Amino acid sequence: MSQIPLVWYCLLITALFLYVFLDGLDLGVGILFPFAPSEESRDLMMNSIAPFWDGNETWLVLAGGGLLAAFPLAYAILMPAFYMPVILMLLGLIFRGVAFEFRFKAVRGRRVWDYAFHFGSVLAAFMQGMILGSYVKGVQVAGRSFAGGPFDWVSAYSFMTGVALVFGYTLLGSTWLVMKTEGFTQSWARKCASYVLVYVALFLGVVSISMPIMNDSIRALWFTSPHYFYLAPMPLGSALLVLGIWNRLSRGADNSPFFMSLAIFFLGYIGWGISLWPWLVPFAVTFRQAAAAPSSQAFLLAGTAVVLPLILAYVSYCYYVFRGKVSPGGYY
Amino acid sequence: MSGHLDPVLLSRIQFAFIIAFHILFPSFTVGLASWLAVLQWRRLRTGNAVYGDVYHMWVKIFAVTFGMGVVSGVVMSFQFGTNWSAFADRAGNILGPLLGYEVLTAFFLEASFLGVMLFGENRVGRKTYFASNLIVAAGTLISAFWILAANSWMQTPRGFSIAPNGLFFPLSWKQIIFNPSFPFRFAHMVTAAFLTTAFVVGGVGAWYLLRARHVRQARVMFGMAMIMAIFVAPMQLLFGDAHGRNTFEYQPEKVAAMEGLWESERGAPSILFGWPDQKDEVTKYAIEIPKLSSLILTHELNGLVRGLKEWPRDERPPVALVFFAFRVMVVLGVLMILTGLTALVLFLKKRLFDTRWFLGWCVAMSPAGFLAVLAGWCISETGRQPWVIQGLMRTSQAVSPVKGFAVALSFCAFVLTYAVVFGAGVHYILKLIRKGPEAEGQIYGSHGLSEPALITDPATKKE
Repeated sequence: MSQIPLVWYCLLITALFLYVFLDGLDLGVGILFPFAPSEESRDLMMNSIAPFWDGNETWLVLAGGGLLAAFPLAYAILMPAFYMPVILMLLGLIFRGVAFEFRFKAVRGRRVWDYAFHFGSVLAAFMQGMILGSYVKGVQVAGRSFAGGPFDWVSAYSFMTGVALVFGYTLLGSTWLVMKTEGFTQSWARKCASYVLVYVALFLGVVSISMPIMNDSIRALWFTSPHYFYLAPMPLGSALLVLGIWNRLSRGADNSPFFMSLAIFFLGYIGWGISLWPWLVPFAVTFRQAAAAPSSQAFLLAGTAVVLPLILAYVSYCYYVFRGKVSPGGYY
Repeated sequence: MSGHLDPVLLSRIQFAFIIAFHILFPSFTVGLASWLAVLQWRRLRTGNAVYGDVYHMWVKIFAVTFGMGVVSGVVMSFQFGTNWSAFADRAGNILGPLLGYEVLTAFFLEASFLGVMLFGENRVGRKTYFASNLIVAAGTLISAFWILAANSWMQTPRGFSIAPNGLFFPLSWKQIIFNPSFPFRFAHMVTAAFLTTAFVVGGVGAWYLLRARHVRQARVMFGMAMIMAIFVAPMQLLFGDAHGRNTFEYQPEKVAAMEGLWESERGAPSILFGWPDQKDEVTKYAIEIPKLSSLILTHELNGLVRGLKEWPRDERPPVALVFFAFRVMVVLGVLMILTGLTALVLFLKKRLFDTRWFLGWCVAMSPAGFLAVLAGWCISETGRQPWVIQGLMRTSQAVSPVKGFAVALSFCAFVLTYAVVFGAGVHYILKLIRKGPEAEGQIYGSHGLSEPALITDPATKKE
């Protein structure tokens, strides 16, 4: 059995994780935007992510493009299945994205773009969370295409995961701001982070308990005897991290809360990934069944092997160029 | 109720709307990125602050346009799945890697270094900053390479096999990428993007000159734009001709629609104007130049040109749209060439920068590139119908299993959003143009340039 599909599966979930983490912090900043204590804080918040948001969003395009290239069948089933939430997410991302440029150009209209930035971010985050929730519940498939209805993605559960992801992103955004700002903007961000942390912990618990309850195979995976011991460190680690963030925030640390929030996301993501293995379209199509022609996967993999390290290098370089605390006059 | 809403038709309308909107932004930014790199190079070479002024004005416009290009491009990339999933399933093996390469080799490059270009001027050295200009410019061209390779493959597919279940499988990536129409389409489109930018920049420069504002900066804009019009507009005629003859060889029904030609004939006339009637299979009220079509397409007076009647009715493109779009494109191209010629004459007479009627004409020509690009893509895409992959897969087979009302809703949402967002974007761009480069000179110092001599040097001081 060729291992290329497995390599692609790993690459794809990595790209998606980089998107969730990097754009998650951008969206988190957007969600917090109208609650900022002053106009100057808002400028700082915007400046802290303005050089990166475009690159961060590109991981979403890579995850989408990679899915089409490496697993076209999964792409062809999932996109129509999530037609409405994907379109709504895109609309949210449009308003969020243009706000960066428009806000600094506008004089009277600045308020409008402040809200476009906020509601665009909220909409995109909420829809991503809803997609996640309904993805976990499974997708109806007949033959090679989606066979469900246009509103299959709406349920109380997906609504809950939508809200959960909004809080999750807000945790990333607020701890990012703790790291990148100073003075009263920072102390406000610190306060936000500790409030949001409580909700994040709550939702982490609910999601972790609900997933095994909803699906037998997930329950079997997590609660049979050998697995139990390998997997137990994950929820325990998350719990410790929550306490750790709380502790670091109250002690006035700048950087560690952000990286610990990142670690929570990472553990949650791994747990989610393990639960759904090996499905790419949950409970209908595995990643091997959805794999593109071997020549297609190999052709793109050859390029990816060369280009991806380069991308990671120059993306890191760009973060390095804009390192340190953000300054108010930073925009061009 | 939803039975009346045809998802195929609605998806086609939605896609046409989204892609037509999207192509406006790259058409402008591909040329603008390269021009900004040239300006930066001139600035480094000559030390003349006027290039910096012009650069700083246009880099802001670039940022706004690029932002809109990104968000509309992300929407585009999801359309293949949301609305054309049957197409994504069947052709994913081939188009997926091409689009994947576009993201990997271009999208990331542009997106990351755009941050440096917009926000990093006082954080990196001048050479590094110039390098980021070049990288963004190269990124836009690499992006065009992959996207046009993918589109060209849909027009002239090569290097594949079809499995019994209808799936396309790649045989030769070299043949897939360098398919017969790709080199022509790439040259034609990149040149079109350069011309689009040149006419916008030239129009803005001419507008300042007419009002005697920012004269030194305006002369740079207008002068550089006219160099493009003089040399590149005629080149586009050659590329266009070559592309047309390539289409004649591989997609003759598209050319027949462009010409409005129904009967196959030797020594076919060129129809200057007329009304193609799809039902009656005739082009009414035609004004013709005898034998010209044959001459252009076959380079022989009596060469054979095949007419639309050679194809069954259900394999013909919508003729009128292709026919008129072709005329719009050609007229605009000719006007661009005439603009270049006039500029050359005026330049030789040393009247280029103060001939008022010509400046006014150039202001009027500013949107010409956008219109020509839209018309050109209209020919290319509508002329391929009813196929999504020429001769192999029909557009009607490509659609997703989505409900008509869902597509109708999303289309309305897109129209509303695009109207608000891109209306505002155009408004801000016009505002930046109205403001002009002058204010930029005043905040010049706050950008932390290491050589203040540039600003205080009386020889380069602004008037």
